[in-house]
Amino acid sequence: MSCIEQMKYKLYLERTSFKEARAYIEKNSEEVYYVDPGYKLFKDYYLIGVPPVAIGVMGKELLFTYVKPCHGAFVMGLDSEEEIARLRENESEKVKKSLKKGGLTEKTESGMKPVSFSEMYKK
Amino acid sequence: MTEGKKALLVMGCPEVPVQMSMVIYLAHKLSHAGWDVTVAGTDAAVKLLKAADPESYYVQKMVDVDELIGEIVEKKIDFDICFAFMHSDAGMTYGATFSAISKAKPYAVVFGKNAEALGESIDYPATKIVAKATHNPNPLKNKIDKVVL
Repeated sequence: MSCIEQMKYKLYLERTSFKEARAYIEKNSEEVYYVDPGYKLFKDYYLIGVPPVAIGVMGKELLFTYVKPCHGAFVMGLDSEEEIARLRENESEKVKKSLKKGGLTEKTESGMKPVSFSEMYKK
Repeated sequence: MTEGKKALLVMGCPEVPVQMSMVIYLAHKLSHAGWDVTVAGTDAAVKLLKAADPESYYVQKMVDVDELIGEIVEKKIDFDICFAFMHSDAGMTYGATFSAISKAKPYAVVFGKNAEALGESIDYPATKIVAKATHNPNPLKNKIDKVVL
């Protein structure tokens, strides 16, 4: 289990396809960066995904895909100014920023309350 | 010559019966051909494999798939060929990840009720082995047997 599941996260989309999860991040983030699969986030999470893998920034929150083999793709949100700063710093090297200027102004609400993985597995 | 070359078999979610059967079959086949075989999977998939092969007769090396991804990214280990088993979008996403992070020649082993549609959705570079198999392993086994390594 990754350290991410022990952190205070929000789930914006759950049990969906990877492409839908990526599209959600692209539509609902102020900034979008594209990284290769295997990009390391936090202490020990390596992003799983079909390239290009989108990471979004919404204020202090990082939006990213989290994939579990038996449960599909999730869009997870975690506050991390450090990870956001690292994305911005590495932009020219291995991170590509979205061509969108300033991101989208309209935000789509997920319509669902954040839930935890532990609650989900009880279902 | 395959002696000493390293093969990786990546298991997806173990809910479709043919996967475990074909993983053991392919691991055995590759080992006999001289490949050094490692099988990666989720905790549940690895437990199923260990229960089926308690003395590691067919599979000697089993690892957690997420830990292995970290080791490949950190360049601690890599493989020459990689068979990613998949019957869902999540499995395909793992296959794409291994294709991107490893120098191994990628194979996508696609099975299950929606094998054809899933196989068509694969847009990362991989040799596709596709068979609509859920309970009967033979359609998939026949396709695997045709792969020339």
